[in-house]
Order: sequence, then structure tokens, then C-alpha cells
Amino acid sequence: MNADNHVIISVNDLKKHYNGGEIKALDGVTTDIRKGEVVVVIGPSGSGKSTFLRSLNLLERPTGGTITFEGQDITDPSTDINLLRQNMGMVFQHFNLFPHLTILRNMTIAPMKLHGLPKEVAEKKALDLLWRVGLQDRAMAYPSQLSGGQKQRIAIVRALAMDPEVMLFDEPTSALDPEMVGEVLDVMKDLAKAGMTMVCVTHEMGFAREVGTRVIFMDQGRIIEENTPEEIFTNPQNERLQSFLKKVL
Amino acid sequence: MIKSRFCRYCGIKVTGDETSCPKCHQPLPDISVSDSAKKAGQIFIFGLLSILLSAIPFAGIVFAGIAIYQSNRNDLAKNQSKAKTGRILALIGMPLSIIATVFVILTLSVGNIAVWAANTWTGFIYWLEGIPADFENNFITDNRYTYIFKGLGITFEVTIFAALLGIALGIVVALIRSSYATLKEEMHGGFGKGLLKFLNAVAGIYLTVIRGTPVVVQLMITYFVIFASSNNKVLVAVLAFGINSGAYVAEIIRSGIESIDKGQFEAGRSLGFGYVRTMAFIIIPQAFKAVLPALANEFIVLIKETSVSGYIGLQELTKGGDIIRSRTYSAFLPLIAVAAIYLVIVMIFSKLVSLLERRLKNSER
Repeated sequence: MNADNHVIISVNDLKKHYNGGEIKALDGVTTDIRKGEVVVVIGPSGSGKSTFLRSLNLLERPTGGTITFEGQDITDPSTDINLLRQNMGMVFQHFNLFPHLTILRNMTIAPMKLHGLPKEVAEKKALDLLWRVGLQDRAMAYPSQLSGGQKQRIAIVRALAMDPEVMLFDEPTSALDPEMVGEVLDVMKDLAKAGMTMVCVTHEMGFAREVGTRVIFMDQGRIIEENTPEEIFTNPQNERLQSFLKKVL
Repeated sequence: MIKSRFCRYCGIKVTGDETSCPKCHQPLPDISVSDSAKKAGQIFIFGLLSILLSAIPFAGIVFAGIAIYQSNRNDLAKNQSKAKTGRILALIGMPLSIIATVFVILTLSVGNIAVWAANTWTGFIYWLEGIPADFENNFITDNRYTYIFKGLGITFEVTIFAALLGIALGIVVALIRSSYATLKEEMHGGFGKGLLKFLNAVAGIYLTVIRGTPVVVQLMITYFVIFASSNNKVLVAVLAFGINSGAYVAEIIRSGIESIDKGQFEAGRSLGFGYVRTMAFIIIPQAFKAVLPALANEFIVLIKETSVSGYIGLQELTKGGDIIRSRTYSAFLPLIAVAAIYLVIVMIFSKLVSLLERRLKNSER
């Protein structure tokens, strides 16, 4: 959205093959992600969209192609993966909060251990983030005491506490009860408005249309169509996209 | 049907699908009032059956047991009057049916109960009168009680050091095996991967051999073969039992690590923690909580296993009791004393562990 639209992540011919090429989860994906973009990845299940997202911070190891983050080839074995991941926040479908830690500790453990923040600072920062998502009074609670929507909001601010440059969302609302989807999407919308670069795998077409700056449609491990939400939803070119949209809209 | 439930923490009634109490935000129980009414009815019927069927051997005991168990387990149901009545019936039916069962079994096995009881009673009194003398002969004469106390000391010594060795070995082996399983895809050849692969193979052989052979044989091999030149029996026992226990602890810890959801590991890594720190901050603390009961059980097994140390002539608790028996030709008191001591130790330890477990659980509430 911003004028400063330099490329943060550059993906080139990314491949992920299993069983010696028999199964192709990703089959040559090429795209660029620019600063401030909200890229929404849609597609039928098994289309490789989650694998694509998880490859971006190397939770999945690609078997071919390259990913460049801030000019550095991260598929190179000598890359410090941990440092890379500190700059890419990730939100999972199943929240994955740490059940043995309080909400506050969930949010401060990484900044304290990895950024070396003193406890008071990390906690101040965490509390500020909790205010932003309206959960400041739950700081001392444990994850088991929260609802699904609250857990996912915490998961988002836990990732934000590391001040990442990019946020990756892996179907963040798919495990939620319908009435809780809205509160999570609202947090994501605020985040997009604040200029965060986001890559988001989701089935929420409303979110894609409203917040996305670009929509990628994937099928069978490939990018089939890639355009503004406006074009994707009102003027889909590819027939697979047309039939997919017919099913989900 | 409206689901109404009661918050277990502040007692207010909730009618709706909330998962947590609107007042105190504690999680609500799943069971609804209608379910608990059904349960209460069952408890009543089982209590009634336990009285009606008390004359049939075992039947009354089983029904009374079910009724009491159900009413103890189900907080909501147990406060309903039907369940209370059922519980009282079961508490009457239980002793009734125990008496009936014993009576029936005795009649079947010894015929005339009156004659049998009189003979048994006389014999019992005779035996009882002999106990003080027997006690003195077994424990006081020649200070024989010292066999028990010294033996107990040795048992503690061997168990505690063997447990420490076992836990240390177990953690190392478990970490080698689970880190190899996780990291073999991430590492790109080189010395590190080769070393880990080698260590993983060694750990695999260790587990197979130790878990595939009896601990007594391992103990004897350690004493008579490996340390044939040493006569430090305590050290040999510590090593043998420690190495043995390590194999079981390793598998317990590994199962604990594997029981933690893969998402926890990914979440740790995605924040930027490396493998070691993810394990240390995220996985191990949760795994420890999950395996604590199994670890405690392993410790209990270990205490009791040390009783075979007599095979290498180590005078621990069991051997102490056995020495008394061989001196006095009276088996009952020394062996019962030994058994009672093991039992008390295990019971105290189990209690401590359950206290610890409750504490750990509380931290998540």
C-alpha cells in the first residue's frame, strides 16, 4: 500500500517434491512479496498453499528453487534459520500457545531470550500489545482459560512481540467457532492498516476482498492466477478459479 | 433441551453453550443436569441391586462397588437425593454381600463352619501368644534388627544413586534419539550429523540389550564379569541398576517428548528459537509434566528391584531379612517386616508424587 514497495521476499521456481518427484506439493512457484502488501493465498485443499506459506520460513524444506529474504538466499544451508524466523512472525491454525506458560510469559519468552529484553520492558511491550487486542486483563491467565478467538488473538500478538517484518498466517480462522472469526479478522485488519506486510492463507473470501492488496490462487502446487482482489473476484480468468469461486462464494 | 450447568468455582447456574463461567471465567463442566439425573438414577438402581443380590456371592459386592464408584466420581449427580439413597443402600449392601460371600465360600470349601472356625480360632490364639517371643528371637537377640536397618540404608543408597544415574542416562539417550529423529532432515551432512547418527545407533543397541535381558543377569554380569576384580558391591549395584533404569527412563522421556503436539515445536521454532532452546523452554517442561507419573513408577520399580542384590551378596533390606530368617528358622516376622518396610516407603513416595503432580496441575488453572 505504501509508496515504499521494495521486495521483501522473492520466491523463484519453488518446488517441494515427495517420494522422488511422485508427489508435487509445490511445483514451481514464483512470486514477489513487497513491503506493506497483504497477500492472500486461496485455493482448494491440497493445492499447496499451506506448504508454500510454511516454506517461506523454512518450516517445510523446499526441494528446489530459491527464496530470497531481504536480498539473502535463505535456502542456502549456511543461512541462520533462527535469525530469519525472528523476522517472520507466524500464526498457526491451531494457535499453538504454550500451555505451561501464562499469556504474559507466552509473549515475553521469545523477546527476552532472543532479543535480550529485560523483563520489565518485555512485559510492558506485551501489555501494550494486549491492550491493542483488548485482552489486557488476561495477562496472568493460562491458555486453557481462554476461548479460541482469544487464543488466536494472543498468538498474533505473541508473534508481533518479536517485531517481525512479515507476518505469515496459516488459516488463522479455520479452527475457530464461527462467532469468533470476526474478532480475529478485526485484529488482522488493524494490522494491515498499520502497514504490516502479511501473507495469509485463508478461506475468508470477505477478508481477501476487503483487506488484501493481492490475491494468489493456487492449485496443484502452482500459482494459477494472481491479481488484485477486485479482478480475481469480479473477473476471474482461469476456469479452475471460476469453479473454485463458484463453490466458496 | 436447555443445557444447564453449575460453575464448580463460584456455584452459579449457567444456561447456554458457554464453555467458561460468565462470572469467574473458570471452565465449566461438560455434563448437563439431565445427564446427571440419569447418572443418579443409575446409582440408585445399582445400590438397590447390591442389597437385593447380596446373597449371591460377589454380585452384591460388584453392584455396590459400581454405585459407590459412580457416586464418588460424579460431582453433579452425587448431590441428588436419588443418588444419595442409592449410595446409602450400597454402603449397607456392601458389607452384607461381603459377609454373605465369605459365608458361602467357606461353606463350600470347609463344610461345617462352626468346627472349622473353632479349630482356626484356637490355632490363631496359639500363634498369637507366640508372637512376643518370636519377635524377641528375630529382632532383639544378637541385635538382629541391625540387619534390617543397615539393609534399609544400603537399599536407599543403591536406589537413590541408581535413580540419579538412570535419569541422567535416560535424558541423554532420549535426547539423542529424539533429536536425531527431528534433525536428520535439517542437518546437511558433515561431522555433526555423522556423530549424531553414530550416537543414535549406540543408543539403539543399549536400549535393545538392556531391555531384552533380566536385571538379575545384568547385575551378575556386572559383578562377576565386568568388575570381577572389584569387591565394592554397592558401586556395582548402583551401576547395574542405574544402567538398567536408564534404558526405561529413556523410553519414558522419549514418549513424553513425542506426546507433545508437533505444533508446539513449530511454534517455538517459528519465534526464532533453535532446536536446543525450543526443547529446553517449550517441550521438556511440558514433557516432564506428562511423564511424571511414569517416572515415579519407574522409581518405585527400582526400589523393589534392588531386592535382588542378594545375588551378588549385597546385604540390603531383603537380604537382611533373609539372613535373620536363616539364623532363627522363623520366616514370618522377618519377611513380613521387610515387606511392610517396602510398602511404607512406596506409599510415602506415591503420596509425595501425587502432591507434586497436583501442584504442577494447579499452575495451569
